[in-house]
Amino acid sequence: MPLHRRHLIDIADFSRDEFDSVLETAVSMRQVLERPISRVPTLRGKSIVNVFFEASTRTRVSFELAGKSLSADVVNVASSGSSIEKGESLIDTFHTIQALGADLVVLRHPKAGAPDLAARNLSCSVVNAGDGLRGHPSQALLDLFTVQQHTGDIEGLKIVIVGDVLHSRVARSGIWAFARMGAHVYLSGPPTLLPPHFNKLVNGDDGIVRIEHDLDRAIDGADVVMALRIQKERMHLGMLPDLREYARRWGITSTRLSRADRRALLMHPGPMNQGIEISPDVAYGEHSVITEQVTNGVAVRMAILYLLLAGTPA
Amino acid sequence: MAPRQPLVIRGGHLIDPSQKLDRIGDLMIEDGKISAIDPPAGQLPLGEPTVLDASGLVVTPGFVDIHAHLRVPGFEYKETLASGTRAAAAGGFTTVCAMPNTNPVIDSRSVLEAVLEQATEQAVVNVYVHGAISIGQEGVQLAELGDLSDAGAIGFTDDGIPLANSKLMRHALEYATQLGRPVSNHAEDPALIAGAAMHEGIISSRLGLPAAPRQAEEIMLSRDLLLAELTAGRYHCIHVSSGGSVDLIKRAKDRGVNVTAEVTPHHLTLTDALIAGRTEPVSATLPPYDTNTKVAPPLREQADCEALIKALADGTIDCIATDHAPHALHDKDVEFADAAVGFTALETALASVLSLVHTNQLKLATAIELLTVGPAQCYGLPAGTLKLGSPADVTIFDPDEEFIVDPTSFHSRGKNTPLAGLPMHGVVHHTFVNGAHVYDRSSPESGTLSA
Repeated sequence: MPLHRRHLIDIADFSRDEFDSVLETAVSMRQVLERPISRVPTLRGKSIVNVFFEASTRTRVSFELAGKSLSADVVNVASSGSSIEKGESLIDTFHTIQALGADLVVLRHPKAGAPDLAARNLSCSVVNAGDGLRGHPSQALLDLFTVQQHTGDIEGLKIVIVGDVLHSRVARSGIWAFARMGAHVYLSGPPTLLPPHFNKLVNGDDGIVRIEHDLDRAIDGADVVMALRIQKERMHLGMLPDLREYARRWGITSTRLSRADRRALLMHPGPMNQGIEISPDVAYGEHSVITEQVTNGVAVRMAILYLLLAGTPA
Repeated sequence: MAPRQPLVIRGGHLIDPSQKLDRIGDLMIEDGKISAIDPPAGQLPLGEPTVLDASGLVVTPGFVDIHAHLRVPGFEYKETLASGTRAAAAGGFTTVCAMPNTNPVIDSRSVLEAVLEQATEQAVVNVYVHGAISIGQEGVQLAELGDLSDAGAIGFTDDGIPLANSKLMRHALEYATQLGRPVSNHAEDPALIAGAAMHEGIISSRLGLPAAPRQAEEIMLSRDLLLAELTAGRYHCIHVSSGGSVDLIKRAKDRGVNVTAEVTPHHLTLTDALIAGRTEPVSATLPPYDTNTKVAPPLREQADCEALIKALADGTIDCIATDHAPHALHDKDVEFADAAVGFTALETALASVLSLVHTNQLKLATAIELLTVGPAQCYGLPAGTLKLGSPADVTIFDPDEEFIVDPTSFHSRGKNTPLAGLPMHGVVHHTFVNGAHVYDRSSPESGTLSA
C-alpha cells in the first residue's frame, strides 16, 4: 500500500497505518538486501538527489545505497563545493535542483523547518534526513523496525531515551514514533538538556511520556535503552559541568544495563562517544543492536523511497 | 495657498477620550484646525461648508504610532517615507514615530535632520523620529543626546539591539533627565536570546526551533526599571510581551517610577502556536515554520495575551504601538532561524485592536484612547485630540465592516504579515492630517475634501 503523501517531513503527522505500511515494506526490502545481488529495478528511471548541508556518513550513504538498490539514479550534493558556498539562497538551490529534473530530494539541513520550505518550493517529493533539532523521521522508522524485528510488537514496551534530549532530533522523532506505536516512553538526562515540558511533547498530553532524571530508576525493567550522542560543546555553554560527571550519571554501563529487562535492546543513533554516553563493553555487547540499526537503515529508507515514488509516472 | 473651504463631518459617532467625548455629533474643521464640535447654526462660517456624511461611522482623533520602523535611511528597499506614511494614513494613523535602527543609524543631528527633511517632501502624515542612545547602536558610547533632542528627537532608543551595558543604560537615563525625553530599550537579555528564533515552550520543543523564555525580557526590563528608579529617569517600555513584564511595570508604577508602557497589536492577539501553522480559515492557512510569524520579542502564550489585555484595561500599559517592521520578500523567504524579525502592521493594527472590542475584552472608547491620547502623552506629542484649536488630525472608520487582509493591496512595501487572508473587522474610510484629506477609501489617490 503506497503512502498517501508526497513528502516525509515530520513523523508527528504519521498515522498508525503509515507506520505499519513502512514497517511491512521494510521487511521485504531487507530480504532484497540479503540476496546475493541486492538490487531490484523498481525505481529505474527515477532521479533522487541527496542534498546534505551538514556532515553525515551513515544517513547519506544509507539513502544512497537505498536508492541504488532500487535502481534509481542517485546524485549527491554537499554544501561545500556547491553554489551554496557562493551564497545561493536555499530556495534558489531548490529551484536549480528542480530544473535538473529530480523526482525526490533527500534533505539534511542544520535549520528546523528547511524541508517545509523545500516542499513549498519543489514539485517533487521531499524526504527530511534531519533538520536542525526538529526531526529525523527515517531514523525513528529504522529504530521502530529494529525493535520490531526483535520483539514482534512495540505496544506496551518500556523505551528509555537517555541524554541530550533538548538538542536531539533523533529523540524528538523517536518519542513520537514509539508513543504512536503504543510504547511507554521514558526520558532521562540532565535537567539542562531535558526541559520539563518534554513530557507534553505528544499531543500536549502529559500521560504518554515520562521524565525521570535518575537513570538508574528510569532504566529499571526497560525493554529498550537508547543512548543519545552528547556534544562536547554543551559544557562550554554551561549546560554540563564536564563529561566525567555526565558519564557517571547518564552513561550506559553494564551495571546500569543489568537493571533493564534481561532481553533489553541497546540502541544508539551514532556516531558514538564511547566511554561517555556508552561504555565500550556494552556498545558491542550482547544487548547491542547498534550495527543492526545501520543495516536496517538501508531497508527502511528503501521502503520510504519506494512508497513515496512507486506509482508516480517515470 | 488660498484659504480652504471649511469642512463639516456630520453625524458621526465622535469618540475623543482626551475630552471624554463619546456621542453622535458634528465636527468642523477650518484652516487645518478643529474649529467646532456641534456648531450652532448661527456659528456656521460664511459660505457653504463642505459636508462629509459620517453617519454610521466612528470619528476619532487620528491615531498616533510611537513605534514604527520606516527604514529610512538605508533600507529604502523595505520601506520609504512615502510608502510608510501612506500605509499609516490608510491605517488611520496621522502621526508616526520612526525608529533609529537604520543605516546609518540615526545617532546624530545630521542624520535626524536628513530624515525630517525627506519627511517634509514625501510624508503624508506627521513624522517624528527617535534618536539612538549609543553611537551606531553599539552600546558603547552615548550619542549626542542633547543635539539630537534639539533637532527634534522625541526620545532615545537602540531598539532592535538590546542595550546590554547596565552602566551605559544608567547614564542614558541620567543624561536624558535634563532633556525631558523618554529612554526606551529593546529589553531582551542577549545571552538568553542568543540564537533564539521563538518563545520557549511546548511549541518550540516540538518544532525543534531554538527558543528563549519570557524571562529574557523580564530580566532586562527589571534592570531598566531599577535604573529608572535610581536615576529618577523617564523610561518607556516598548513592545511588552509577557505577563510577568506587566507585573514588573505595575509594581514600578506603584513605587512611583516614571515609567510608561506600550504593547503591540500582535502580542495582544497572537500566540506562538501560530508558528506551528494555522489550518483555519481556509483563506488564511499558514504552513508550519512560516517566517511571517517571526517577531522579536516573540509571540508568546495565551496567558500572556490575557495579562496584556487586562493591563490595557487597568492602565498598567498606557498605549498600543504597532512596531511596524516592513521587510522585503527575500528577507523573509529563507530558513526560519535566518529570517528577519517583524510584521508590517500599520494597515492591520486597527482591525487587530478592534478584534478585542468585538469579543468584549476591551471597550471601544478605551481602544481609541490607547491609539490616540495614550501614545501622544507617553512622548508629549501635540496629537491625539479633537480639542478646539488642535491640528485637524481625524480618522473616520467603520468598526464593523468586514474585509479580508490582502497584503498585495498594502501601501507599505512590506507584505510580511501573519494575517494574510484573514477576515477582520474595522475599515478606515477617511484620514485627515492638519485638515488635508490624506486618505479616502473610495478614491485611492485621495485628497478631495481638505479643509
